[in-house]
Amino acid sequence: MSNWRAMWLRVEGHWAWYRRYWRSSLYSSGIEPLLFLAAMGLGFGSQVEAGAATGGFEYLHYVAPALLVAGATMSGMGEASFPVLSGFKWQKDYIAVTATPITPGQLLGGQLLWLGIRLGLSGAIYGLVALMFGAWLRPAALLVVGVGVLTGLACAAPVMALAAATYDEGRRFVVMFRFVMVPMMLFSATFFPISQIPLGLRWLTWISPLWHGNEIARAAALGGAHPLAVAGHFAFLVVLLVAGVALARKLFYRRLVV
Amino acid sequence: MARDGEDDEREHLMVSGKALVKRFGGVAAVAGIDVEVRRGESFGFLGPNGAGKSSTMRMIACVSPRSDGELRVLGMDPETDGPRIRARIGVVPQLDNLDVELTVRQNLQVYGRYFGLSRAQVRAKAVELMAFAELSDRADDQVEPLSGGMKRRLTIARSMVNDPEMLLLDEPTTGLDPQARHLLWGRLYQLKQQGVTQIITTHDMHEAEQLCDRLVVMDGGQIVAEGSPSELIRRFSTREVLELRFAPGEQDGQLPHVADLAGRHEVLPDRLLLYADDGEAALEAAHARGVRPVSTLIRRSTLEDVFLRLTGRSLVD
Repeated sequence: MSNWRAMWLRVEGHWAWYRRYWRSSLYSSGIEPLLFLAAMGLGFGSQVEAGAATGGFEYLHYVAPALLVAGATMSGMGEASFPVLSGFKWQKDYIAVTATPITPGQLLGGQLLWLGIRLGLSGAIYGLVALMFGAWLRPAALLVVGVGVLTGLACAAPVMALAAATYDEGRRFVVMFRFVMVPMMLFSATFFPISQIPLGLRWLTWISPLWHGNEIARAAALGGAHPLAVAGHFAFLVVLLVAGVALARKLFYRRLVV
Repeated sequence: MARDGEDDEREHLMVSGKALVKRFGGVAAVAGIDVEVRRGESFGFLGPNGAGKSSTMRMIACVSPRSDGELRVLGMDPETDGPRIRARIGVVPQLDNLDVELTVRQNLQVYGRYFGLSRAQVRAKAVELMAFAELSDRADDQVEPLSGGMKRRLTIARSMVNDPEMLLLDEPTTGLDPQARHLLWGRLYQLKQQGVTQIITTHDMHEAEQLCDRLVVMDGGQIVAEGSPSELIRRFSTREVLELRFAPGEQDGQLPHVADLAGRHEVLPDRLLLYADDGEAALEAAHARGVRPVSTLIRRSTLEDVFLRLTGRSLVD
């Protein structure tokens, strides 16, 4: 069976589940960023004057693209943690699937493909509602959905690798959410520009995939970015994604073929 | 001519392992076994926990590479043809790994798709298998709240979604009540009639006697005996067994009075087993010597007796 077909069959399997449970899952991945948009973009944003820090844009326009990417990143990492561990450990559906012609590599591919589709779906819903809020200034903002998918997957792949190497109850994910994911969301120029972060700590933002995603998303939604800078951010995310997938693939095989 | 015969022989071998080894770190879970399973037979792996049964099964199921030796499954090498072999076998794992958030029907349909079946095929197959597993009335119920027996039946039904030529059943009835167990045995017998080769691991001797045409007893990663259940009983046990039950703690004291009445004996926590070809005669002799057990039982030897002896739980005189 070809890799793409195998991955697609896995997506189909997830779809059977999604059809039953889409309400709760859509809430966490699609509605949550919208609440952020309402609170930060409209509520908090009404107190912020457009100025140099926001590149001259209204706060709603400044924060909307980054919120999509941040939301995708959070749900990507969330979906790559306990749900993936469960596939190995509790539900054990990964063991069931790899007893069929599907290989562990195809299983991982299917997992990523499904996650990408879901991130795209919830990003699109967010984008539509944000459009009604007047959050988008130009058609190129459509690309922000793709940036969200890329950033979400780039962050999810290493977490899937971590899940494949986790044999206990997964307490490390709670640590990761608290000490990696939440700080990453707060200090990746999602809500305020990197220039507000002290120089000595700025490297932490530079290595944050979300910052790179936010920069591309703003370049798409607001314009005015240097193409080379965008290419650099893009390359960072692609390298992270490729490395994460390679590591996860290795660890999926190690976990499932013993 | 000889060549043809050999090919023909190979054609009928579903599994052929030679000097098969599985190591985990430095420990050999399977320490060089030879095993052959022929088309259409029900073959059993018996042994205590940790004997290497499941490790062997996993190698045959192409989800665990062998550490050494040769292995062919359906005439192919699991190392290079894993997906092609897995497409033609069905696996019932020791622990159910159904998707408990899906319905009974969805579990079968989704799983069937992984074997490359079309949507129409899996729809029809799901209906057929739900009838087989007596789950038709639960078709669109979620799996989570089903009973253990129902889940097990569904797992077995799922393993057949690709019309496998060979089923691998790892302790298929562990944890089931007698009714559920008999229902499953009935289904497995039905499959055997249809020509599906079965490989079963179990430490339930009764189950092995019910299901297996031929079996091997494993202990410490080695095969210690091989044959049909009746052959093994003939070879490793006596025709009959006399069970003497005494008040707790008394059986050791009574042993010297009766030990010579049988070729072999076994002291269990609650009773004394005497392996004699004529149980009635042994019991009369014991009575004549004034031995007064609380209760007695004369029965045929079973695989359990063979097992006790072969896996080193027995005092061989």
